[in-house]
Amino acid sequence: MTDITFVDVTLRDGNHTYKHQFTSEIVSKTAAALDAAGVDIIEVGHGDGLGGSTVHIGRSPEPAINLIKAACDSVTQARIAVLLLPGFGIFRDLEECKDVGVSVARVASHSTEADTTKQHIRKAADLGMMTVGYLISAGMADAKTLADEARKLESYGASYVNLAESQGHLVPTEVAERVRAVRNAVSIPIGFHPHNNLGLANGNILAAIDEGATYIDGSLKGFGGGAGNAQTEATIAALKRAGHNVKTDLPGILDAAQVFADLVAPQPMPVIDNDSIMMGYANVYGGYVLPVKRAAEKYGIDARALIMKLGERSVVAGQEDAVEQEAQALAAAQSKAVA
Amino acid sequence: MLDKTQGGRKVRAAIVGSGNIGTDLMYKLSKKPDFEVVLLAGIDPASEGLARAREMGIATSTDGAEAVFEDGNIDVVFEATSAYVHRVNAPRYEEAGIFAIDLTPAKVGAPIVPTVNLAQHDDVMNVNLLSCAAQATVPIVHAVTSVVPVSYAEIVATVASKSIGPGTRDNIEEFTHTTSTALADVGGAAKGKSLIIVNPAEPSILMRNTIYCVTGPDVDIEAIRKSVEQRVADVQKDVPGYRIVLEPFIRDDHVMIGVEVEGAGDFLPTYAGNLDIINAAAVAVAQRRLVGVKA
Repeated sequence: MTDITFVDVTLRDGNHTYKHQFTSEIVSKTAAALDAAGVDIIEVGHGDGLGGSTVHIGRSPEPAINLIKAACDSVTQARIAVLLLPGFGIFRDLEECKDVGVSVARVASHSTEADTTKQHIRKAADLGMMTVGYLISAGMADAKTLADEARKLESYGASYVNLAESQGHLVPTEVAERVRAVRNAVSIPIGFHPHNNLGLANGNILAAIDEGATYIDGSLKGFGGGAGNAQTEATIAALKRAGHNVKTDLPGILDAAQVFADLVAPQPMPVIDNDSIMMGYANVYGGYVLPVKRAAEKYGIDARALIMKLGERSVVAGQEDAVEQEAQALAAAQSKAVA
Repeated sequence: MLDKTQGGRKVRAAIVGSGNIGTDLMYKLSKKPDFEVVLLAGIDPASEGLARAREMGIATSTDGAEAVFEDGNIDVVFEATSAYVHRVNAPRYEEAGIFAIDLTPAKVGAPIVPTVNLAQHDDVMNVNLLSCAAQATVPIVHAVTSVVPVSYAEIVATVASKSIGPGTRDNIEEFTHTTSTALADVGGAAKGKSLIIVNPAEPSILMRNTIYCVTGPDVDIEAIRKSVEQRVADVQKDVPGYRIVLEPFIRDDHVMIGVEVEGAGDFLPTYAGNLDIINAAAVAVAQRRLVGVKA
């Protein structure tokens, strides 16, 4: 029986599924429904966070700050969060967010590069925000490394450390081992953010909670990179069944899921398709599922071969250009073989 | 021109910062007959760079820039510390009349990217080399803007985790900001944005840069290819491992280009081309400003 703080990331990670095209209207109505359901923290923005609207990742139709302000103006009890990857977002982005009412900044790096977050964790803290150290692709680092990186985040002043398993690669025993190692390394709370490529998102959440995680991420209808996130409404039901305390109520969150689904219709939920399974298996960042599909189609190559190539290269989040490069290389090799 | 080499004298150079960039620069500068590295100053007594300097018979200090002022006869100081430190040191170098080449993203001095604007700012006493990402990508952006207007340039620099030290990691805000503005101010795009990705893969990856120039779809791609090829050849004169990995091609409303940088392996192994590209710029500026034309 654990007290869980629930963080819904539909309006940020779900933007990957929606090709970063969320509008203020989608954000404001969805945020209001999440707020009414009792969700504790709502994360909003481009899929790659502040400064993420780029040619490289995908351009958004509206400035991110419009979406973020729309969320802040639509809630009564929930806190609004933003994600910032140093190297993408800058101080000015955080200052703008503070001005419109954002109170939580999740500052992210690849799981082995926590020391790139120090400046922005401190900046967000100086602005009076709750700051979270967010380790991306936690399944690409071993338990000891994660523990070391979590210690750094704690030393910078992070309020909690969030382990994001961005590939949907880990199985529950591996999640448990990592959370345990971090638990033994730091005294701040631990959060967990799974992806569902192998169908294990909710199972991995329960394993993380058993080892001491208390902040849990999910998204409505599972919207998120790759095969999507833990599906918030299913996660809430599972947490309640497992006897954990969560403020979010089940009928309210089911309503929110319906509100969101209607707003983004006819966009379907992410599914565990063959490409997603291969990415989870090969430990390839889930955000690449759409770029991989696009490149495979454009260059007439096998998506699985492209995914395995990316896995061999150990690409990390943000290397969308590697998808294009490897796709062109595979296409060139293919046409050579034919000729 | 502050010719310091009259009478067969060598330029007395001090490097402040004994991390990856400073140590690699010590090797590169030591190969240049007109320069004598007389000091490598750091702050950490256990620094690998300081140990290497001692092996080479170069004076070291753990008191940062103080040793530069104590020497009293330094012609040029290369600052490879952090933006915060350079902001403090810059006025002191100026007061002491020491020509400063700043390799941090502090942007105190005039921004220089050698293949674009080496000949400008010959009168200033503080030159800023922006960032390794700017040195690797601004030449390409400028090659494109020389052919066609670019309403927005965006670059993504992916570097090996082992190639970027604590100074860069503590300056990621300045790094991002300085690189972004250089794409416009030096590269000639109307607007710029830079992204940096740190990749810990083993074996370490070569520094890789992707450049996106929004031009609209109707451009003379052949003219752009020629301009970029010529520019790459210019950069290669100083950095032989600089090469195109993605030929310019049109994608939607923009031109996409990829370059990677293989280093000479002077300090870190060859994956750390990011050190070479900024240190080559430092050497180019120092030679132009301090070395007399030999008769």
